[in-house]
This record gives sequence, C-alpha cells and structure tokens, in this order.
Amino acid sequence: MTSLRTEILEKIRRNLRVAPEQREQDYAAIAREYQHSGKLALESRLELFAERLRDYGAGVHRCSNQQLSSTIAQVLAARHIHRILIPPGIPALWLATPEIEFVAGGDGLTYDELDKMQGVLTACTAAIALTGTILLRHSPTEGSRALTLIPDYHLCVVFENQVLETVPEAIRHMEPFSTLPITTISGPSATSDIEMTRIKGVHGPRILDVLLTKV
Amino acid sequence: MTVRVGNAALAPDFPEAAKKQLANAQMRHNVRYATDVIRAKRNRVVAEMPDWEALRESARQIKAHTLRHLNTYLEQFEKACTAAGGHVHWAKDADEANTIITAIIKSHGEKEVIKIKTMTSDEIRLNPALEAEGITPFETDLADLIVQLGNDQPSHIVVPALHRNKTEIRQLFLEKMKLENLGDKPEDLTEAARRYLREKFLRVKVGIGGANFAIAETGSVCVVESEGNGRMCLTLPQVFISLVGIEKIIPKFSDLEVFLQLLPRSATGERMNPYNSIWTGVSPNDGPKEFHVVLLDNGRSEILADEKTRQTLQCIRCAACLNVCPVYRQTGGHAYGSIYSGPIGAIVTPQLQSMQHSQSLPYASSLCGACYDACPVKINIPEVLIELRGKVVAAGGAPASEKIAMKAASFALSSSQRLAAAQKLVRIAQWPLLHDGTISKLPGFLGAWSETRNMRAIPAESFREWWKHRRKDQHS
Repeated sequence: MTSLRTEILEKIRRNLRVAPEQREQDYAAIAREYQHSGKLALESRLELFAERLRDYGAGVHRCSNQQLSSTIAQVLAARHIHRILIPPGIPALWLATPEIEFVAGGDGLTYDELDKMQGVLTACTAAIALTGTILLRHSPTEGSRALTLIPDYHLCVVFENQVLETVPEAIRHMEPFSTLPITTISGPSATSDIEMTRIKGVHGPRILDVLLTKV
Repeated sequence: MTVRVGNAALAPDFPEAAKKQLANAQMRHNVRYATDVIRAKRNRVVAEMPDWEALRESARQIKAHTLRHLNTYLEQFEKACTAAGGHVHWAKDADEANTIITAIIKSHGEKEVIKIKTMTSDEIRLNPALEAEGITPFETDLADLIVQLGNDQPSHIVVPALHRNKTEIRQLFLEKMKLENLGDKPEDLTEAARRYLREKFLRVKVGIGGANFAIAETGSVCVVESEGNGRMCLTLPQVFISLVGIEKIIPKFSDLEVFLQLLPRSATGERMNPYNSIWTGVSPNDGPKEFHVVLLDNGRSEILADEKTRQTLQCIRCAACLNVCPVYRQTGGHAYGSIYSGPIGAIVTPQLQSMQHSQSLPYASSLCGACYDACPVKINIPEVLIELRGKVVAAGGAPASEKIAMKAASFALSSSQRLAAAQKLVRIAQWPLLHDGTISKLPGFLGAWSETRNMRAIPAESFREWWKHRRKDQHS
C-alpha cells in the first residue's frame, strides 16, 4: 500500500512541478471579495431567519427565556407529543413542565428504541439567518448524531444571540469545533427526486420546530 | 492500469447514441421539464446573492490553488485523518479501489452495505464488483434507488432518475418492493422508499459514501445531501468507508464558507440543502467505530499535467452546466455513454480515459458558453472542449466530415491565390441558398450548424479586392 501511495504522489508531483514552499504564500493570495459579515440589526436578522425556516416548511415559535418550559409544553402538545428524548446536558429549567415526559437519550438506547420514540428536544451551537440553517456540534445539550436523526420530530431551541447572518460568519464561529462531528440542518429532510416535486420528510426528521428564544 | 469510467469505454459514439435518445419523446419531455424547474429555482436564489461573482472567483482560485499543490494537500489530509483515528488507502485505479473496499467489508464478515449517493462509485463500477463477491449494496438516495431497482443508468449528476416519471416509478416499486398496493403521488412513492430503507439503516453494519469536500487541514470529510439517507449511512453503521476522488480536497475548514454557498444554490436551487455532515476520523460514542478513506486517482493525476485542461478537476458536481446545456436538454444523459453527462461529462470522461475512448464527446456541444456562465467554480468548459478537440484531431480521431472540411480550409487558407479563387467560387455557388442577403440553411453535414444560425452572404467583393481597387482609384 505504501508503494502505491508513493507512486500516485510521485506522479502528481511530476505533473505539477510546483515548489511546495510556495503553498502558504499562494493560499494567502486567494481573492476573497465576497461578503463576510452581515449588515442587519438583530430584529431584522431574527425575522429573516424565521422567514427562511418557514420557507423550508419548519415551524417557528418565539418566546422569552422565562417562558421556555411552558412554550416547549405548548409546542409539543400541538404536535400531540407527550414523551420526548433529551440529551444529557439539557438544563433543568427547560424541563419544568409536568405535562411532558422527558426521556434521557444517553448512549444506552439502541437504534430500535430510538426509532420507537416520537421526537427529540435539543439546543444548538449557532444558526444562519440568510439560509435558515441550524448548526450542531453534538455537545451534551445537542446530543449524539443518532439522537437527532432517528426520531421523526426535532424541536430545537435557538437563542437569539446564536443567530448569525451569513454563512462565512457561521463557519468562522464553528472553526474551534472543526474536528468534532458537525451537522447543519436547514428545514426538515426533503427530496425532489420524483418529477421535481419537493416532498418534505424522507429519512431524517419529517417535522422540525424551532423555538427562537430571547436570552 | 485499468482506468474505468462506468461503461464509457464500451459506449457507442455520441451522435449514434443521441439519435436513439432523441426518438424517445417521453424521456425528452421529462428531461426538459426537470431541467426547467431546477434552472428557474437556481436563477432565483442566485439573483438574490449580491456577491455571487466574488464567490465564484474565490471558489475558482481555491480549487486551482489546491490542484497546483495537490500532492502536499493530500499528504496533509492523510496525516490529519490518520491522527483522528481514520485509515487512509490509496487506489491507482478502479480495480484497486474495488479490491480495497471489498476487503474491508469482508474483514468484518458482512454481506450487505448501505450506500450514500456517490458518482465516484458508479465511475469505478463498485456495485457489480461487490455483487461479484457476494456483497449486496443498497442504494439509499431515492433517485439512486430508482436507478438501481430499475437496473438503469443515471442520467443526471444530481437527480439521476429525472428521465423516469412517477407512473414508471410506481410500477417499479410495486414489483421490486413486493407491495400489494401503492398510490402514484410522489408522496406515496417517497413513503414507500422510507419504509423499505429504514430497516436497512438500522440493521446494516457497513456504510459507503463519497465526499463533497475533504479538508486537508483537519482530515475531515463533508457530505452534502437532502434526504437524511446520508446522515443515516454515515452515522449508524459500525464501519464507514468514504470513496474520495483526489480532486475533492480543499485546504481549510474555513474554505467551506465559499463552497457551502455555491453548491446548494447551483445544484438544487436551494439557499441551503437540508443536511451537511462534517466529521473527522472516529468519535467516541458517536458514529462508526471504524472509518476508512479510499483516495482514488483513476486517471486524475494525468489530467493535472496539462495546465489548460487541469481546470476540469475543479468541478464540484453541481450539474448546473447540464441544466443549461441545449445539447443535454435535447438528448438527456444516457447519450453521453458515461455516468458523467452534459458539458462536464463531455470534458471529464475522455480525459479520465487518457483520450483513448469517448472521443466523440468533446464534439457533443455547440460551444454556446452557457455552461461556463453557470459554473460556480468558473470552469471554462468551451475552452477545454476546444483543447480536447485539438487532441482528438492530433490523434486522428476527428469526425470524417470535419476532417474533410478542415483539410479543404487548410488548402484554401494557406495561399492568397487559392483563397481568392475559393471566394469567387463560393460567390457563384451560394446563389441557390440566398434569401434577402442571408443564408439560413446550408447543405449536407453543414446543415446542423445553420439550424440555429443565419449567415451573411459572401459579398460581391472581398476586402483584398476592395483594397486593390481603392488604391487604383486613388492613383488614377
């Protein structure tokens, strides 16, 4: 295998004839004239985020930090969900609602057990207004990748100060976590493979609700 | 070495294959409808980006830069991926990649794999290679599932089953999924696919996918998708294998800020596709316990040698060039005889095969330039097509009619007396073709060229003749 590697790299080197020392200098010279940061004030940014999410068919609700647990209960009741998975790091304050049974979604659950659950409640790391995107780094408040994938419903709490305007702002924000698993979510799963008709919900969660929360 | 691009080496010439496809009215209708829908969506979401051109230029420069330093970036990727617990393999060609992947699956005693949509696996014909070893691959992208169940070939890079309508798909699902009854709404068909695949997602132990981007700095792989089948395949199995063409490398994590803006808007006309997954090696308690990357050459390192055509490898497989191409929109993808169709297929396929096969593909274009305008990484496809036509001609492989025309042109243009004589001749010969001073239909094989173009008549006097007379007039 090592000889194969050498053979391929040697061929590339021969065909390129470029001094490797130039690399960093070359990279720094790449033009980046595109828009890096946003220009919108907070409220316009939040409105744009909500509009883009609705455009994907996601539900959007707004509340204050104090109303968080009661809003969670209302949103879940409207979806007829009474039991919901939570990752281990969800603050107790969110869960102060007797109507809902919260199930710890730790490592102990099998895929089949996750498949039998109605939904999952998580936090996120950041969000992008321009594209209606939520970014997860699968921290203890966001849960493992399987947790936000197998159940059919995802309720995600996004704090207002987590909403960035542009893609470059979000990628720079995620840089410190770049070697952790990262998932970006823009609306419920979808396909347009049959006659270009967009259908919400294939394999990932078919329903996505976002709780946009004032800090 | 066996460089393989699907079955392209065995495919008939484009004109022959296209003639057959053009007779299929249903297919042409489906292709035109689908490409119209994607184009309209793409144009809308591109128009709302004030910095679109700046993004394209940055993407072009990042890709060109990476290709110029590809060897060191590949080594950096290998080092970072290995440090994070991944295993990196190098495959010179299709057979080597298939052997490596088969051996990994067999080492776990597994007989089934679930697959994320990957054109690269179609390129190396991975599925038949797995089946020959007693391993069953399950395609999990809806369109790829339709292609696989129908024993069909992909006809588009992003929506491979766009040549099939819902009635055909319903019939296929009823038969292959052994269903009693099934509606024919796209929703019903999608629900059937969900039920069919879910059991496999939760049970099968090995997943295989490609990569949209492989990040040298971190050793991470990024998969861009819509349905969630990608997340299922790369999260739930015990073992995951990424088959990565060596041109998929980007230098840094932060470079995603450019490509994650360009790719979804160009490919599906969405501001962002539903899911992106980025991961690095293996993570404790999350995702597969074993992760392999197979870095595939299969002819790519040869393409690097030519600075004019190297830009071919900048491609991020968005298929925007297919959707705008007047040739693709008429013939569909199958006429190209390669899994890579449309304008990008016309330049990728022959080059991967070192110009040994698919020599008619560089001619499958009117050089109208729509592909170049649509390309998010600014590959100058017409320029590469012309360069490749030059290579085909040099190898003696140009179409016969063009060879005769070029020989005649060379004879006439290489002497001023002959040119003058030829002009006189054409002036006489053109009169049956003239209508109000223009020629709108040329005879014989030139007819195809004049189908969409009008030509001004050859004037009564050439510039040289006018110049000569003018000087005489001045002197007299």
